[in-house]
Amino acid sequence: MRYVKPESFEAAATLLRDETGISRILAGGTDVLVQLKAEMVEPDLMVDLKHLPGMREIVAEDGGFRIGAAVSGAQLGEHDAVKAMWPGVVEGVELIGSSQVQSRATMAGNLCTGSPAGDAVPAMVTAEAVARVQGPDGVRDVPVIDIPTGPGKNSLNKGEFITSIYLPARPAHAGDCYLRFIPRTEMDIAVSSAAVSLTLDEEGTVTDARIAIGAVAPTVRLVKDAGAALVGAKPDDAAIAAMVRAVEAACSPITDKRGTIEFRTKTAGVLAKRAALIAYGRAGGQL
Amino acid sequence: MAFDAQPTRKFNVVGTRVTRPDGVDKVTGKAAYGADISAPGMLHGRILRSPHAHARIVSIDTSEAEKLAGVKAVVTGADLAMPEDADFADVAINCLARDKALYDGHAVAAVAATSKAIAKQAIRLIKVEYDPLPHVTDVDAAMKPDAPVVQEGRALENVPAGMSQNVTTYCKFGHGDLDAGFAKADKIIERSFKTAATHQGYIEPQACMASLGNDGRGEVWCCTQGQYMVRANCAAALGVEESQLRITASEIGGGFGGKTSTFIEPVALALSRKSGKPVKIVMTRDEVLKATGPTISSSMDIKIGMTKDGRITAARGELRYSGGAYPNFTVEMGAQAAFAAYDLEAVETIGWNAMTNRPKEIPYRAPGAPTAIYAVESVVDELCQELGLDPLDVRLMNAADKGTLSSYGPTFNDIGLVATLEAAKAHPHYTAPLSENQGRGLSCGFWFNFGGNTCVSLNINDDGTVGVVEGNPDIGGSRASISMMAAEELGVPYDKVRTVIADTSSLGFNDITDGSRVTFAVGLATIEAARAAIKEMCRRVAKIWDIDEDAVIWEDGCAKPAGPNAGTHPPMTLAEIAAIAGNTGGPIAGHHEVNADGAGVSFGVHLCDTEVDPETGAVKILRYTVFQDAGKAVHPDYVEGQMQGGAVQGIGWALNEEYIYGEDGRLQNAAFLDYRIPVASDLPPIETVILEIPNPGHPYGVRGVGETPIVPPLAAIANAVSRAANVRLTELPMSPPRVLKAITG
Amino acid sequence: MKTIPVATTINGDETEFLCHADESLLDVLRDRLGLTGAKEGCGTGDCGACSVMMNGRLVCSCLVLGVETEGAEIETIEGMAKGDTLHPLQRVFLEEAALQCGICTPGILVAAKALLEKNPDPTDTEVRYWLAGNLCRCTGYDKIIKAVQTAAAEMRGA
Repeated sequence: MRYVKPESFEAAATLLRDETGISRILAGGTDVLVQLKAEMVEPDLMVDLKHLPGMREIVAEDGGFRIGAAVSGAQLGEHDAVKAMWPGVVEGVELIGSSQVQSRATMAGNLCTGSPAGDAVPAMVTAEAVARVQGPDGVRDVPVIDIPTGPGKNSLNKGEFITSIYLPARPAHAGDCYLRFIPRTEMDIAVSSAAVSLTLDEEGTVTDARIAIGAVAPTVRLVKDAGAALVGAKPDDAAIAAMVRAVEAACSPITDKRGTIEFRTKTAGVLAKRAALIAYGRAGGQL
Repeated sequence: MAFDAQPTRKFNVVGTRVTRPDGVDKVTGKAAYGADISAPGMLHGRILRSPHAHARIVSIDTSEAEKLAGVKAVVTGADLAMPEDADFADVAINCLARDKALYDGHAVAAVAATSKAIAKQAIRLIKVEYDPLPHVTDVDAAMKPDAPVVQEGRALENVPAGMSQNVTTYCKFGHGDLDAGFAKADKIIERSFKTAATHQGYIEPQACMASLGNDGRGEVWCCTQGQYMVRANCAAALGVEESQLRITASEIGGGFGGKTSTFIEPVALALSRKSGKPVKIVMTRDEVLKATGPTISSSMDIKIGMTKDGRITAARGELRYSGGAYPNFTVEMGAQAAFAAYDLEAVETIGWNAMTNRPKEIPYRAPGAPTAIYAVESVVDELCQELGLDPLDVRLMNAADKGTLSSYGPTFNDIGLVATLEAAKAHPHYTAPLSENQGRGLSCGFWFNFGGNTCVSLNINDDGTVGVVEGNPDIGGSRASISMMAAEELGVPYDKVRTVIADTSSLGFNDITDGSRVTFAVGLATIEAARAAIKEMCRRVAKIWDIDEDAVIWEDGCAKPAGPNAGTHPPMTLAEIAAIAGNTGGPIAGHHEVNADGAGVSFGVHLCDTEVDPETGAVKILRYTVFQDAGKAVHPDYVEGQMQGGAVQGIGWALNEEYIYGEDGRLQNAAFLDYRIPVASDLPPIETVILEIPNPGHPYGVRGVGETPIVPPLAAIANAVSRAANVRLTELPMSPPRVLKAITG
Repeated sequence: MKTIPVATTINGDETEFLCHADESLLDVLRDRLGLTGAKEGCGTGDCGACSVMMNGRLVCSCLVLGVETEGAEIETIEGMAKGDTLHPLQRVFLEEAALQCGICTPGILVAAKALLEKNPDPTDTEVRYWLAGNLCRCTGYDKIIKAVQTAAAEMRGA
């Protein structure tokens, strides 16, 4: 394996495009080094990008925040302004792994690794976050939801990588929340998860709702019907029940060592319900 | 062994909370564990493992691996001897398979190379031709007459004909008239239970460094619970004499029974013999989970009858355990332990072991008992619920006590069960209020405890300090407790004593660190060795004072005249006697060798409060209290530590730990990510109440404490969850999907 | 595969070493530098026994490449005591018997120190969650949590 720290994003993209063997990008390393240890992958080329400009920075931009692709969970969690604006996004990132893993793991890595259970992803999806992608032919912006395409797979082309993730400005009277289910209290992969982002009007009626679920389908899913079930009312029992039905209908999980189809489906609905009520409170709503 | 006449003596050192002698090294990173040692010219060993649950090994071609630059040796099962003794043979075959791979992860070949990277590469160049065979991993399936046969011809003679050849062990214990007993019952409950295999989960993977010359002389450094056991297994597997192997036990990073066998040491020795270099092998976590020893998995039926006022009239249990791919006797201990907490007129326990395509079971803390007692205590709890009785009162009413004919044969001597139950009843935990979705459970626990073969040498140094040499690896503070007992007996301060653990060539045979035996048996031998040294010191002083030996007594660390008739001599301290030992007959030492008896059985009671999330099946442990009779607690901190650690291992077993096999018979969760041992945030504080009912079999009243604490948690939690969720849980672990399914039906 | 020279600072000492590109920091510490205080319990970031500090942050050294530490500041358990004076956490762990076998202890001490530098007065729950990535199989964590709190109180008073 060759380890390279390119001098620029462009150089990195060219290097990755021209590599004939297996290449991997090193951000936090918390997935790729595990795969190395387990002999799941033996890259010929490891490209470290953490030193490049902006990779470890959080910058205010157009009312929102641009978060460098190598910003760790711990670093993000220490940023009060991002936390105040998108608490659900930050709590999702902060749930990845242990304190040790938090020092290294990144939201961009969590996105690119393509796990349906990635804790950072659902709330990025409901925040309508946008990934900035550098490639051999330049830069493009891609909605986060379009990055993962299946377990362990993403839509980036050869030579492409994420340099930052943009969290847009949050409207007034809005709030988000991310919850996951794990068997223990820490150190597990999500068995199911849900993120909810709500916008309210002055009276507390939901005007916009986005609900994403994780670990219950090959990729994180944005459940439009579930969001629609909450719009136009306060999240009362009837609205919540309709939303939960939509969430359950959108689940197509597998049974494996971490959970059954029935369990994942049921808990995804439960988590969506609980997350919706928390997000509603964060948005200033009162039931 | 003579019982001491003074079990209630006043102690100066024993019972205090001194700092352990190996502590500074362990908080500064200096302590050397299994993987921490290297040797000049050392090679790195690595093991190739079967990807099949069950397969005939048609051929192994190592030629390509041998050609790789940097590879110095390749070995297969053919490079090990085939011991005549069946137990030794099983260990050797488990270290390197012969004609069949018996489980996913079974070792089939190994290499030694100049670097880890080359060893890894070489492993991939070994070509093994497998002929996959049908497999079986479930104990009930393995007992069916048409089940795939794991090994042929391994059944004991008393196993009835016509059963699957996988059934190797049958046992039966009990007494009384069952039919008459059940006829007297007002309520009978019969239930079936299943438990998954769990792993000891020690944080330090097995590691060793071994060297063996073509002269048959060898050295092994390894993390083990018993260096003498390693010596015996290695000598048998390598076909060398025990005297030629010197085994040194490193510091050990947890064992819990899991390091009472050998997996890599014979392989490293074989590689060393072939390459002429020292070879180091360090297992990965994946290898530890796949190929070292988990517990048995079980399937059990329990039937208990009770009168409406709570008296148990009859009890019957049938236990089906699987100890993996080899014959196994753990079920005998389970069958004996199942009803031990009860004084019963009619009881019968039957046990079966069936082989499956799983790794060889290795003991885990009170092997066999937690599962059996989980099933029994669950049924007792359900009877209490059904009859509207207080579960502690029912246990007290039926509790075994001194003089009880136990369910497995012996009559109990002094035991602390009643006192332990009374302590639980008096504790504020038992009456604390509970809220919605919360439940309280309790369970008794029992373990036999063990004494066993033990040697101790105790040397009086010329500066008045003391060296104790013992032969059992210190797995959680035993050097401290042994030093304390030596100091107590000699009447010298604790810090004047240093206890070291001998290699196999420096001290006589010792049984492994198991059976909660070390503080009891090594302590006993240490006290006797100290008494021998004291006798010798008194003899020397008698010579100096020119009086009769019997006229000198030992008191407060000094030799003194026994009384006025012995003359007026100023007391001589141990240091004074030691300083002139060369003039009075030479160095002074005491030693003691014993197959220690009188370990004294142990009982504990655990109380647990849980909250169940009815929408997800998640279980939270809210409060946990452990009550246990420890006999005399030599070092209370480490007694509490055993109680807390055992309880938390039991919590893991009850809630989330399990071996998960796929349809292909392969282990699916060979990592700490999905083999879920409890993490700090899962747990409340673990409260402890130590009862000290002296064990008459030990000079200071010491009783083993290490194993009993893992026995009650399974049922205590199952009972708490069943009460919180209002549905009886009968399968472990009670993982959230299982609990939710029980709740929602 | 050729080795790569790396210059770093370990426990305050400038340290140079050669390693392969795919070697973890843990392997470098243990096999190349003889710093065996960090332990490998899993090699996959699940147990925390290999915890060290890198540039002021707590990491699993098994999840860091050796080559990544060029120019970095590394602190390991071997640097925790100053001369013959134990860090309060080390001393209290001994006094309160917060270790049994001791294999997880170096990682837990490094992690606990990192916590107390960030949060000198944590709640028990905060300590438990911070240490959730450090598996201990012997103690049930009870005495570990209590020892961290005793040391924290002492350090706040000091």
